[in-house]
Amino acid sequence: MRIDVDAVTVTVAGARLVEDITLAADSGQLVGLVGPNGSGKSSLLRCVYRALRPTAGVIRLDGEDLHAMSPGEGARRVAALPQETVGEFDFTVAETVAMGRLPHQGVTARTTERDRAECRAALARVGAGHLADRGFLTLSGGERQRVLIARALAQRPRILVLDEPTNHLDIAQQLDVLALVGGSGLTVLTALHDLNLASVHCDLLYVIDHGRIVASGPPAQVLTPALLAEVFGVRAHRVRHPESGAVQLLFDRLPVPVCPAAPS
Amino acid sequence: MDIRTDHGPAAPPAVEHAGAAPGKHDPAPPRRTPCLPLLLVLGAALPLSVVCGAAIGASGIGAGDVLRYLGAGLTGGTIAPADVPSYTIVWELRLPRAVLAAVVGAGLSVVGVAVQAMVRNALADPFVLGISSGAAVGANAVLLFGTLGALGVWALSTAAFASALLAMALVYAIARTAHGLTPLRLVLTGTALHYGFSAVTTFMVFAAERGESARSAMMWLLGSLGGATWAAVPIAAGAVLAALLHLTLSAGRLNALAMGDETAAALGVDAGRLRRELFLVTAAATGAIVAVSGAIGFVGLMVPHAVRMLVGADHRRVLAVAPLAGAVLLVWVDILSRIALAPAELPVGVLTAVIGVPCFVLLMRRRGSAIGGR
Repeated sequence: MRIDVDAVTVTVAGARLVEDITLAADSGQLVGLVGPNGSGKSSLLRCVYRALRPTAGVIRLDGEDLHAMSPGEGARRVAALPQETVGEFDFTVAETVAMGRLPHQGVTARTTERDRAECRAALARVGAGHLADRGFLTLSGGERQRVLIARALAQRPRILVLDEPTNHLDIAQQLDVLALVGGSGLTVLTALHDLNLASVHCDLLYVIDHGRIVASGPPAQVLTPALLAEVFGVRAHRVRHPESGAVQLLFDRLPVPVCPAAPS
Repeated sequence: MDIRTDHGPAAPPAVEHAGAAPGKHDPAPPRRTPCLPLLLVLGAALPLSVVCGAAIGASGIGAGDVLRYLGAGLTGGTIAPADVPSYTIVWELRLPRAVLAAVVGAGLSVVGVAVQAMVRNALADPFVLGISSGAAVGANAVLLFGTLGALGVWALSTAAFASALLAMALVYAIARTAHGLTPLRLVLTGTALHYGFSAVTTFMVFAAERGESARSAMMWLLGSLGGATWAAVPIAAGAVLAALLHLTLSAGRLNALAMGDETAAALGVDAGRLRRELFLVTAAATGAIVAVSGAIGFVGLMVPHAVRMLVGADHRRVLAVAPLAGAVLLVWVDILSRIALAPAELPVGVLTAVIGVPCFVLLMRRRGSAIGGR
């Protein structure tokens, strides 16, 4: 399913968090949003999984206005892993994944055999079938992220939205998460902090700064030293990954501009 | 260029990697009590408890007689004139009291479950929204100053319910922002107003200086089922059943809400709307409950946790078990409050704590993982 973000602006309490952003992800593409903290990535993603309503602009799924759909209709098309601390309620892994079936259930939220089968399949797909009876709160960060991906898959969406899915994970877990997401076959829209992961895994990158898109395209074209200096304030050197040939970056601080000595 | 095609060696197929060594270091899964047997046991225990509530009391009426009176009362049969005083005690005093205890216990428990999910806080209880202390202001105005005297026996519950609704409107108006009701603002507003209302109540007790009515005000603040009549049952039962129905139909959405507003949104649940619904339902039910029984503490805080420890956090199960557990608990606590120091009566809120705290500590130590994870 294709997603089009069309001229979306988000204003919250007078602050412009997102300003006239237009972007698109084609069916099956993995599209990354990168940008410094506070640049508006999360606000834009929140509009896509409907925690926030755009102040202006439209988000279309295969041409249909997302915010004109009922919340349930939206959730059957778009699943998300928001950046959110987990609560204190001790759901098991199976119960957590089962929540993904909520948009497919009627008002009584009765669990059908199909729901159970979808949840089992989703857990197996992320390799977490053995965790089903564990308490979600007892899992490691990597396991939690896998279970949340399973919940999103159980939702049977066409589009997957992720907000910094690799935060607080060790490197193997980070690669795991991106491999799972990339192999899902869904259209994926993800915010990523790690530019090297973004470079390897994304088909398309959008660079966001101060609520606006400042560059877009394939990672190798987008991640130039000039742009990284301007947006992230770092000096970057491009190298090639010795096996895959993908662009990787090494960082230094930008030379600190010399201030005129203060009069003593 | 399609970058995803040339990173093969860097990212192995997910399942192959993830399937390795399943469960090598897994701790034992949380022990859970099967839900159905628990429901059957509690479902059988509830009517039995209510009958015990009618049978046990200070004036010794034989169990056979009690059953005969109950049979007569239920079927509209006749009793001998000599039995009338005993019959009145069983049918007009003890039974409505036991039934009301069940209704109130069930109500406090389900409202506790809902409020904890609504403000996503394990320390929340039905009284955290300030509704009950608002009700106390109205109730004490009646008890101490005879306000609304024209309403006769209805004055107390009417005043309590009306001031509960006023308190609810006040909390809602203050806690509300452009983004809706947020959990923290709800708890803070409720707690702040609770102190405000309590100050008003305390001042009224202080200003009244009438020994016996100050004592009944105290009794009301601690919660009591002493004033139970059949007339009080339908109102409270109706409010509790309505709340239970709404919450049961919202059980799936409550699960999503417990995970956080963002997750709820991603699962197609409008967190703001659900929280408004929950606020109205729980506040109205709390108002109806405290109007007939005062502020009985502990039940609404601890029964939800105890039930979660037994059957897990899924609200579909919790909302099935909690009302039965709360009902049985409060029926027995009320029985004890009548016989422990007979003929004097203990405030029921004192006993809920005396019995509840050790039970709860025991459960928490055995099944600690249900509270705050590890």
